[in-house]
Amino acid sequence: METAILTQSETLTLPRPLALDCGRSLEGVQVAYEAYGSLSASRDNAVLILHALTGDQHVASPHPITGKPGWWARMVGPSLPIDTDRFFVICANVLGSCMGSTGPASAAADGAPYAMRFPVITIRDMVRAQVELLGALGIEQLHAVVGGSMGGMQALSLAANFPERTSAALIIAATARHSAQNIAFHEVGRQAIMADPAWRGGDYYAHGKGPEKGLSVARMAAHITYLSEAGLTDKFGRNLQDRSEKTFGFDADFQVESYLRHQGIAFTDRFDANSYLYITRAMDYFDLAEEHGGKLANAFAGSSARFCLVSFDTDWLYPTTESRQIAHALNAAGKPVSFMELSAPHGHDSFLLDVPALDRVIAGFLRQ
Amino acid sequence: MIALRPDLAVIAQHVAPGSKVLDVGCGDGALMLALRDERHCDARGLEIDPANVAECVASGLSVIQGDADTDLAFYPDGAVDYAILSQTLQTTMRPRQVLGELLRIGQKAFVSFPNFAHWRVRLSLLWGGRMPVTPQLPIAWYETPNIHFSSIDDFRALVREMDVKVEDAWFLSGNQRRSAAAANLRAEHAIFLLSK
Repeated sequence: METAILTQSETLTLPRPLALDCGRSLEGVQVAYEAYGSLSASRDNAVLILHALTGDQHVASPHPITGKPGWWARMVGPSLPIDTDRFFVICANVLGSCMGSTGPASAAADGAPYAMRFPVITIRDMVRAQVELLGALGIEQLHAVVGGSMGGMQALSLAANFPERTSAALIIAATARHSAQNIAFHEVGRQAIMADPAWRGGDYYAHGKGPEKGLSVARMAAHITYLSEAGLTDKFGRNLQDRSEKTFGFDADFQVESYLRHQGIAFTDRFDANSYLYITRAMDYFDLAEEHGGKLANAFAGSSARFCLVSFDTDWLYPTTESRQIAHALNAAGKPVSFMELSAPHGHDSFLLDVPALDRVIAGFLRQ
Repeated sequence: MIALRPDLAVIAQHVAPGSKVLDVGCGDGALMLALRDERHCDARGLEIDPANVAECVASGLSVIQGDADTDLAFYPDGAVDYAILSQTLQTTMRPRQVLGELLRIGQKAFVSFPNFAHWRVRLSLLWGGRMPVTPQLPIAWYETPNIHFSSIDDFRALVREMDVKVEDAWFLSGNQRRSAAAANLRAEHAIFLLSK
């Protein structure tokens, strides 16, 4: 596999304040982004990729902290489904995150980190920052916007609220609104962070050490929701970790415990706990129909984009019914829409993993 | 391009150019592609098999994975000029309701189906005493997706009962046309153009 040609890795400072849904506005917002391939003379080959909750702009370049390949390196590159020989591919760190874009860890006007002084943001606010970036790059209309999970929510929001900005939207393993169960899982994570004494009401930045235990538990709980039960059973079953018998103690006796603990700890090396609070809040607040008079079909009234929705049969976080509902709403609004449920064993995380049918659908949808 | 299945070719020839079409049970999208590329139609599809849907999307078609029995309810009234149901009616749970839905969504509806009263089917049942397995109905009874077989005369009776108008009809045996009068015995396939 050829590696994607990274052509830009920059941080844009927005020239004007960003007005937010909460009523406040943010000055000097920074948007860290990467771009691959080259923009055509007619500026019509741009594909914007929107990342998920804990994702970042390093879609096809190595992560600067972990050194791991980009989170969608299998999808983005020369002759890959999102073909960087053909498309100018952009991916920006979302507002509220911690990989270079403005978030709670960034310095406020007084020089100290915002921490909990950071305004509560929404998915639409994240999209506003993305649209500002497109403006700065001189891209009036995207060839397509593509996102999985929270990236899919942003793609829906962009197509609904900035309909002139894209001619196609590909939404994978996403939802038009967070369910009670989605909110409930996020609340467990937030409470784990806030219950950690090292959180200090969010003001941990000066103390060298953040709420790593809390953040790690939050990640462990969330990670379970990204996998399928069958996937966990296949991978770990009831296998014991480096031992032949149970210890009658509370060590990680089971492989699945050891795996989750590792996932939790590794996560704290690369993610800011306050960012986790703010971004999960933004996802919980997301309800695209509510933004448009309670009717989802109305959200897309101004759009002339082609839509494609993909769900996975083992995804119980954003199950197929959610994508189907969006497809029916788009259909009722008379928009060109495709929808399919793909079969994959990996649960919600299937969109990041090896699902050949997904590759074909993405390549085919973008080829038009 | 690959030649269309004979019943699809008949439908493709009789869809007015530039019209809006919903192909229910669109399979791999062969008819939709022909309608889009040759008759400049705005074609949408509904298909139950995800592999077929993926194939369609990869060809640039707009297709929703869904079931004719349950998902037609989500389409608005009069959404398209033509609703098309080719070789799918016999696989639905409630064919009568599906027909009603087609004519709610489309101004007109094309419906094609295999004729269970074709002489070969009759002979097979009469002499063999077994459920027929023919080139048109190649799957054994215990595996076939076809759960509501009808003859052409059965279908005619149903549309009469539903007060649906038959605008036109074509009867095929392979590529050969058969007359309306002999169709129930001699046609393997029927294609009806219906309106309310």
